[in-house]
Amino acid sequence: MTTLLIGIFLLSLLVITAVAIVRSEDLFSAVMLSGIFSLLMALNFFLLDAADVALTEAAVGAGVATVLLLAGLKLTPPTEARGRSLRKLSVVVIAATTLLMIYASFGQPTLGDPMAPAQQHVAPWYIEKTPELIDIPNIVTAVLSSFRGYDTLGEVFVVLTAGIGVMFLLGGGRGKPFSRLDSHVEEGLSGHLIPKVMARLLIPFILLFALFVQFHGEYSPGGGFQAGAIFVAGIILYSLVRGEGLALAVIPPRVLLWMSAGGALLYGSVGLAGILMGGQFLEYSVLSENPVTGQHIGIIVIELGVGLTVTGVLLSIFHAFAARD
Amino acid sequence: MNLADHLPALQVALPLLTAPLVILLRNGFLAWLAALVASGISFGLAILLTQAVLGPGVPEYAVGGWQPPFGISLNVDGLSALMLLLVTGASTLGLAGGRLSLRRDIDNRRAPMFYGAWLIALAGLCGIAVAGDAFNVFVFMEISSLATYILIAAGRDRRALSAVFKYLIIGTIGATFYLIGVGFIYMMTGTLNFADMALRLGDVIETRPIIIAAGFITIGLALKAAVFPLHIWLPRAYTYAPNAVTVFIAACSTKVAIYVLLRFNYGVFHGNLLGHSDLFSVFIVPLALSGILLASAIAIYQGNIKKLLAFSSVAQIGYIALAAGLATQAGLMAAQLHMFNHALAKGTLFLCVVAFVLTTRSANIAKLAGIGRRMPWTMGAFVIAGLSLIGVPGTAGFISKWYLVVAVMGVPGWGIPLVMAIVISSLMAVVYLWKFVETAYYGTPPDGDVSAMEVPLPLRLLIWSAALANIYFGLSPGLPIALAESGTGTLLGGLL
Repeated sequence: MTTLLIGIFLLSLLVITAVAIVRSEDLFSAVMLSGIFSLLMALNFFLLDAADVALTEAAVGAGVATVLLLAGLKLTPPTEARGRSLRKLSVVVIAATTLLMIYASFGQPTLGDPMAPAQQHVAPWYIEKTPELIDIPNIVTAVLSSFRGYDTLGEVFVVLTAGIGVMFLLGGGRGKPFSRLDSHVEEGLSGHLIPKVMARLLIPFILLFALFVQFHGEYSPGGGFQAGAIFVAGIILYSLVRGEGLALAVIPPRVLLWMSAGGALLYGSVGLAGILMGGQFLEYSVLSENPVTGQHIGIIVIELGVGLTVTGVLLSIFHAFAARD
Repeated sequence: MNLADHLPALQVALPLLTAPLVILLRNGFLAWLAALVASGISFGLAILLTQAVLGPGVPEYAVGGWQPPFGISLNVDGLSALMLLLVTGASTLGLAGGRLSLRRDIDNRRAPMFYGAWLIALAGLCGIAVAGDAFNVFVFMEISSLATYILIAAGRDRRALSAVFKYLIIGTIGATFYLIGVGFIYMMTGTLNFADMALRLGDVIETRPIIIAAGFITIGLALKAAVFPLHIWLPRAYTYAPNAVTVFIAACSTKVAIYVLLRFNYGVFHGNLLGHSDLFSVFIVPLALSGILLASAIAIYQGNIKKLLAFSSVAQIGYIALAAGLATQAGLMAAQLHMFNHALAKGTLFLCVVAFVLTTRSANIAKLAGIGRRMPWTMGAFVIAGLSLIGVPGTAGFISKWYLVVAVMGVPGWGIPLVMAIVISSLMAVVYLWKFVETAYYGTPPDGDVSAMEVPLPLRLLIWSAALANIYFGLSPGLPIALAESGTGTLLGGLL
């Protein structure tokens, strides 16, 4: 009952935030509201017991995405352009979509119904077989990184492609992209005492937590995607208080590129290793004498690849935006 | 370990894993070379897979060693092989023929990123063609779309950016609709595997979420395939993309969306939803017909050769959609054959445009006046591919037009009007192509200079091999017909 009430409360807030985002003409408030939207979404996911998704949404949606949008906002005018917009057409399309989805929802199984088809077919198999075949407590990690590891490989390449796109579009053309390395000392928030002290306190813990999420993903919610995003949040905080130049000195752009490409390659190589050792593409069981150990090795290595790519790409995107003042 | 058993996975993994290596290079030429080699090997793999499909068949490949529906399967049948040949062939043609043109469009420093994106787009399209899992299709659709946006945005013209932004928004809506549909189906069946889905849909037949899901998936994919009037992103995207990129995407990317549409509508829905075939026909056939007629008419009035060919593509997608919408065996044959033959013709035509722009630096038809006398070899190839696009006997285009006419004649009561529409549209194709050919042969060059200025011999040879392929597959269409027959068999398996 409490869950239901909290759920209704959160969902109403979600709707209110969404309407506010659409109505807001000030881009800055729209970006901040979309951060709030993601945070509410994360809470909703958590309420539905999807802890892994909630963690991702909080780290990526509310955290890194908001910072990236703000960095992008530096390059645009502060308010929405009122051009020849297709507002009416989009309202009609959105209304039609919503009505159709509501219509469809009348035929759907009740939320959490154990007899629902989605709970009856593959899910029980995953729950029953994961302890035996992969032997890790977090079944979500088992599905994402092994049973459907091929999809996750694809998602890593989606992230890499996004990075390539931003580096291609913003990184080229005029001059060197990261030419502000030797900029002045009073950069970022470095002149402000309180953020500086707070950040100095927080950053080590953020980075440590990222490593925990990375390497503990088999046991608790988390994994490479979340860890990468949290790690990036730490580094971005560092660039904000100490200036981007120092952050780039810690991890230079070329290293970021190697991380982005290397992570994706690492993941793919595990797949090829599966073939070379007599199994299928991305079959981790053949990586060791004991299939379960093989699964563990495979999952740890591919999660590392995910973490590397996500960190490299998100930081590259951040720097690419920050370098264009 | 026998590598031949892993062909379906390698077909995707090879270009996919070469991409990160390419972006680490610092030299534009090396990046191009690596991309060309990877693309060429992919083409070779596609040929091997095609041989396997036509011979012993390709067994289902369980990625990670997990059997579907628990893991993800890769399934290769005649239709997949047809798509793989198109995708890898178009990519190789674009890269091989586009070297000079791309060197001008993309500066050396950014070239590694560009060729990395090219390989990722190639891998994404191959991934869709071999996927046996609805969500996996979505993942690879995301990969190929994102990478394609990068390729188009690389155009020299600044309008490429606004064109690509429109494409990005519409493409994302299309992908989201597809995902909503797949989500509803998962909710009602608990599975994401195509074959398993077809089996389990029987239990939840005619429930609201499934009907809505069919609608979302069809419209989402029609957006991606640029079925008229959902084509508004296409002409500008094709026009402002780098010329070599247009060769690649115009030949295959919309066809991959139609491929998924066929997979879903025939492989999954047709056997299960009562009246789905009729509903699908009622939805798609009028749109296809208006596309065939209107887009051809619009093409006549274009002053830019790339835009002219882009509108022609919208019309040609209309032919494919019309044939697919008939929901008959003959229709499916015609749809698949036309995918193959149109890709051949359009790939060749856009490759000729690469050569024209290389020497004249303009795609404006008025500025290309007299080009036929200055570049006789390239223009000759253009005419051959143009004849194939119109559907003149002896060219590949004739084969699919023939199948299409036979297919629509089988529609009770509507045969003659549909044939009329096809004939009128083909005549309009004659008009818009003649418009360019006339200017090219009889027009006076803007600066009065009529000296020969052909592109280098390797590019000319490539253009002519592509043009001759149009004739070869017109005289001996055995390969595409065999593949289309095999594809029709698996697609209609759901109907039995």
